[in-house]
Amino acid sequence: MVTMEEYFNTYQSVDPQNVLHWVRVGEVSDFPENAGGCIKYKSKQVAVFHFERTNTWYACQNLCPHKLEMVLSRGMTGDAAGIPKVSCPLHKKSFSLEDGTNLNGEEYRIATYPVKIDNGNVYIGFAD
Amino acid sequence: MKKVIVVGNGMVGYKFCEKLAAHPQRDQFEITVFGEEPRPAYDRVHLSEYFSLKSSDPLLLAPRAWYEENRIELRTSELVSEIDTSIKRIVTHKNNSFQYDYLILATGSSPFVPPLEGVSKTGVFIYRTIEDLEAIEEYAKKLQSQGKYKAAILGGGLLGLEAANATKELGMETSVIEFAPRLMPRQLDQQASDLLIKKIESLGIHVYLGKNSKEIIGSPEITGIDFHDGSSLDVDMLVISAGIRPRDELAIKAGLLTGTRGGIEVNRKMETSDPSIFAIGEVALYNNGIYGLVAPGYEMAGVAVDQITGGEKLMSPTIDMSTKLKLVGTEVASFGDPFLENENAIAIRYENKQKGIYKRINISPDGSKLLGGILVGDASDYNNLFQLYINEIKLPEDAEDLILGARGGDGKSSFGSALDLPDSAQICSCESVSKGDICGSLTSGTCSSLKDVIGLTKASSCCGGCKPMVTELVNETLKSMGQEVKETICEHFEYSRQELYDLVKIHRIPTYNDALDQLGKGHGCEICKPVMASIFASIFMETANRQVGIQDSNDRFLANIQRNGTYSVVPRVPGGEITPEKLVVLGQVAKKYDLYTKITGGQRIDLFGAQLHELPLIWKELIEAGFESGHAYGKSLRTVKSCVGSTWCRYGMHDSVSFAIQIEERYKGLRSPHKLKGGVSGCIRECAEARGKDFGIIAVEGGWNLYVCGNGGANPKHAVLLASQLDDETCIKYLDRFLMFYIRTAAPLMRTAPWLDKLDGGLDYLKKVVVEDSLGIAEELENEMEELVNKFTCEWKEAIESPEMMKRFKHFINTDDSNEELVFVPMREQKMPKPW
Ligand code: SRM
Ligand SMILES: Cc1cc2nc3c(=O)[nH]c(=O)nc-3n(C[C@H](O)[C@H](O)[C@H](O)COP(=O)(O)OP(=O)(O)OC[C@H]3O[C@@H](n4cnc5c(N)ncnc54)[C@H](O)[C@@H]3O)c2cc1C
Ligand code: SF4
Ligand code: FES
Repeated sequence: MVTMEEYFNTYQSVDPQNVLHWVRVGEVSDFPENAGGCIKYKSKQVAVFHFERTNTWYACQNLCPHKLEMVLSRGMTGDAAGIPKVSCPLHKKSFSLEDGTNLNGEEYRIATYPVKIDNGNVYIGFAD
Repeated sequence: MKKVIVVGNGMVGYKFCEKLAAHPQRDQFEITVFGEEPRPAYDRVHLSEYFSLKSSDPLLLAPRAWYEENRIELRTSELVSEIDTSIKRIVTHKNNSFQYDYLILATGSSPFVPPLEGVSKTGVFIYRTIEDLEAIEEYAKKLQSQGKYKAAILGGGLLGLEAANATKELGMETSVIEFAPRLMPRQLDQQASDLLIKKIESLGIHVYLGKNSKEIIGSPEITGIDFHDGSSLDVDMLVISAGIRPRDELAIKAGLLTGTRGGIEVNRKMETSDPSIFAIGEVALYNNGIYGLVAPGYEMAGVAVDQITGGEKLMSPTIDMSTKLKLVGTEVASFGDPFLENENAIAIRYENKQKGIYKRINISPDGSKLLGGILVGDASDYNNLFQLYINEIKLPEDAEDLILGARGGDGKSSFGSALDLPDSAQICSCESVSKGDICGSLTSGTCSSLKDVIGLTKASSCCGGCKPMVTELVNETLKSMGQEVKETICEHFEYSRQELYDLVKIHRIPTYNDALDQLGKGHGCEICKPVMASIFASIFMETANRQVGIQDSNDRFLANIQRNGTYSVVPRVPGGEITPEKLVVLGQVAKKYDLYTKITGGQRIDLFGAQLHELPLIWKELIEAGFESGHAYGKSLRTVKSCVGSTWCRYGMHDSVSFAIQIEERYKGLRSPHKLKGGVSGCIRECAEARGKDFGIIAVEGGWNLYVCGNGGANPKHAVLLASQLDDETCIKYLDRFLMFYIRTAAPLMRTAPWLDKLDGGLDYLKKVVVEDSLGIAEELENEMEELVNKFTCEWKEAIESPEMMKRFKHFINTDDSNEELVFVPMREQKMPKPW
């Protein structure tokens, strides 16, 4: 079980220029289209989303900051005024997959990670 | 630049800042706000929700950043301790001093604690701030760990009942102690109070009336209360809610005029006895009264802002104290003068003890005006009655229709349309927005939608009570302007659900992606995806396994997600009839996978706590034993409840179990705009509660009566009679037509009862379409249903037989590990998720 504090320490956004390791997490076809899947890296759970219509990929913490449950990969994806987002399956709070902000105007935010596709493989960028 | 200092960052102090920040002359003021509490102003009205929210963030009226953006200096945790009116300066407890040109006192009030012996004992609390609630919660937990459960609330007013509800929800055995001979003595008469007590006691809260407390006993922790009548009550904690005391201590020290029973004297400009000092909110003594509600406080804030910016706005001469009780599991409201009954007023009362409803209206002797009233048990007409009262609208001929509903006539409401209200009618009292403001913003072209109107006027943004009326006004005004009020489903599709249904059907659009390409834009969202999924399912009977990404998250995994991200398993048990063999299988599976097991309210069995990767394993075993998906996760047919009926019951007229099973088997898997439930009862004793369902069938002499459009849930409605004395075949034929008509035309997430409410022509029209086939579509509807029925497949069976589909049910894509973060705690002989 994650405490609030541990969670703030564990999940911090990574900018593409700060990536230390590009971790291979599977092939493109392992991930559902226009929906999410969850991967594990060290003790982290990261949700990975493939927006097939624009062929873009996003990754964010799997932990929903609202009630601290490991569920975001199972949320529905979509966009709000063009911003790609995921909506939590528990209470439908929506988060921008670009910068992790909450789109309902609340103060929660989530950490996001860069995704790279190379030769049919999916890589997530971590700084640890 | 003029310096404005606001003392108190509570609801009203904040409202003052918000209004001044938005004022055209904003730039002429430098604003500083002092708040004694550690956090910025929060929504005290919804304070009790703190217990379920577990965080104060959602209650904040604005985050700290808002004050920064609006160049307002916010100093929290800083108490203003002194005012020197002669040199216009205040000093805080940190010994900082500040000059002002205008001083706004919005210090609110504190709970009144009667001078009883023992009030300072451990375990005695008040109920006003987030810190109070935190302390109460912590203490309750501590008590419970010691096996102590007794809480009492001193005071049976509005707030006391709210506090009682809160301690009950915290798991305490709660009593309410009231000095007066009735509950909510300022709002309710004896009859209303008697009914309310019954309701409250049925919720497990004890009520003691006419109790004069003498002393709080225990040392150092409270263990009980002694009363003057010699009796006593054992309690482990006490919450005092005995009224409020304006926080006028600063004003008294500064020599401002205050009332003998507290409160800072103000005039209609909200000026105190010193013209550069204003007092607003619960600390202000206006018209010899202190008003413990936000709406008058907000009005005061508006008046004060107007006054310092050179306007001439005055406070209304009389203050309305109408209120609705929140949170005690029953509806209670009072408005105007609830007690008035003399030569100038006549009271009309309606009481139904069986249903627990009491309604009273006080009208003028000539029957033309509504002067006040009380509603207990059913306050759905509160908004309408309040409008009639506050706007002094002429009442209809038969005033009793207002509480009894028009009888015998066309079934129309006795209230008419919201558009008939005068422009001055106040619709949102929290933000004081009139009907004219709302309609004017549309007719002037400033706004063009409900969202615009709420954004501009703030109507319904506070307590939300007026939202239905604001919505109606906006829709009706737009209609009257010749604009079609288009109920588009979301930003990605400019169509209503019904239009999308027709378009998908006519153009045979095969997938959601094609629909986005042809009819919509963007990536879609969590609103339009499930709507389209439901449309595809209703037209093509496709299961949730085909277009996985657009399914609502429960449908995507064919199970209901629970608090901790695990799932529940609900196999179908048609009509609630189950063999002992199958019961044994359920028990064995639950045991094997360590699932929490419970009988549902829908006559079947729910197994909770399955992890994603376990779902297919569990379902494989269940399917082998002959079970099918119960679609408990879908907006689809859930259950058709049955009573035992004529096979065993001595009163049964027909075989209700067989018929319920037949119907559940027929419509299983059918997806619809919202969930669908049915019931079949073997006689009018109605043990299957069929009239509480979307369709209910009741055995009568000569056949079945078919009722439609009922539901339980948040807004219970009894189903209404569609046709009577039907044979099995006709009953099913009518049901096919009714269900298909609903599936085609309802808005997303609209159950059958609100759908019927909105259907032009109402029940008569529905009867014409379904029974008389006035549209000539009956055969088409029946054929469509027949096709769907024939195409049924169990989607769980489909999923476990396909390795490709099975890939979905894994927690991690890159490893076979399971989610280690799950924590369960024991509960009775089973388990539950660790609480939030
Ligand atoms: C399990 C069960 C409670 C129980 O332990 O008994 C239940 C559990 C839930 N109900 Fe219910 N309802 C259950 C019987 C009922 C009943 C009783 C009945 O069916 O006779 C009602 C009132 C009747 C009715 O629906 O008209 C009921 C009215 C609701 C409502 C309010 C619907 C409304 O129109 O106001 C909701 C909310 C909604 O659907 O939007 C709801 C929603 C829910 C949800 C789906 C909330 C959620 O999203 O998590 C719960 C799912 C828990 C789960 O994972 O299974 N549940 N719910 C019952 C399952 C019955 C079954 O066998 O399928
Ligand atoms: C549990 C609960 C439920 C309620 N439900 C309803 C309801 O349903 N409907 C309704 O209309 N009303 C309701 N109310 C009442 C409503 O919350 C109050 O009317 C409203 O908050 C009054 O606003 P105010 O700004 O005057 O006072 P407050 O919101 O109390 O704000 C005053 C603030 O000033 C601070 N302060 C005081 N003195 C100083 C000082 N010297 N220096 C610095 N700061 C100071 C206080 O700490 C406080 O934060 C409820 C209240 C409670 C407690
Ligand atoms: S009433 Fe229904 S939705 Fe509410 S807690 Fe119970 S099961 Fe969940
Ligand atoms: S847990 Fe994600 S929205 Fe509540």
